[in-house]
Amino acid sequence: MADIATPASQPDTTASIALSDDPDIHGMVADHDDHGHGDHGHATSTGLSNNKLGMWMFLGSECLLFGGLISTYMLYRGRHEGSPTPNQLYNIPLTSISSFVLLMSSLTMVLAVSSAKREDHRNTNTWLTATALLGATFVGAQVFEFTEFYQEGLGFTTNLFGSSFYALTGFHGVHVSVGIIMLMAVVGMLTRSKVPGNKAEVVEMVGLYWHFVDIVWIIIFTLVYLIPA
Amino acid sequence: MSIDSEHDTGPDTDEVGTRDEHGLTDKGYVIIALLLGVMTAAEVALSYLELPGWFFMTALLSLMVIKFLTVVSFFMHLKFDNKLFSWLFYTGVSLAVFVYVVALFTFEFFDAG
Repeated sequence: MADIATPASQPDTTASIALSDDPDIHGMVADHDDHGHGDHGHATSTGLSNNKLGMWMFLGSECLLFGGLISTYMLYRGRHEGSPTPNQLYNIPLTSISSFVLLMSSLTMVLAVSSAKREDHRNTNTWLTATALLGATFVGAQVFEFTEFYQEGLGFTTNLFGSSFYALTGFHGVHVSVGIIMLMAVVGMLTRSKVPGNKAEVVEMVGLYWHFVDIVWIIIFTLVYLIPA
Repeated sequence: MSIDSEHDTGPDTDEVGTRDEHGLTDKGYVIIALLLGVMTAAEVALSYLELPGWFFMTALLSLMVIKFLTVVSFFMHLKFDNKLFSWLFYTGVSLAVFVYVVALFTFEFFDAG
């Protein structure tokens, strides 16, 4: 690792500077760069950010949750006794637009992370707020869709198709809603300068969660909406 | 804001904005987002066309996988990050796919067509 040069405005990296002269500890000190190395200057056993490691493990485990919900839907999508069929219910133009909105929210999120890494807090807040608004638009479209389906006779307990559909898309909607709360919390904390430690890493963690929600929707959109039952 | 100069390999700015260290430029992210939008439009268009079943499924699933990998690789930075993160995530993905494909086979989902 090359000599560490840090701005004076980053007191959390001083431990890293102090330790970097010790060759035994040198390899364990976090690099604090964008490869996931770094844990605010504290030594970690892997040399990687524990926060980031934990987030990726969490996202890996979330794959199993959504995998279960998706496969359950695939099994039961034909069980629509007493309600219109999926092909009669789905509003593909509306869902396509909401999918596009969610995809674009991933763009604003990655631009927020990029701004945060440049320590451009104003743009970071702007992009985070834009991401939250796009996410809220997506959730609004989902609420509209659920209301329409309910009015057409598909409730949560109407049949197995309804239960598995609402469980899958509802869980995803809850994830998006939690993401919006996280985004607004980060905006509030950044505005009040209450973010502990590395601000860019905090924004990046929320970004990873948000992009994960997006990739889950990429799968749901194709398997649930576009492939006919 | 690079602290470790070992990784500084190029200029920090381009014509659009500042380069995201070890990632893409902001312009690069916009181009990728547009490509994702085009692929989504292609998916929707495919669903309205009368195509042979095998072609429709292959094209749709291929586009889905490409979109998935694009977001994970570029927006989530796995392509540029430490490989351990990739291992953690793709282990979860692979485990989920394996477990639930086996479950679907058990319930004769694929036999039912």
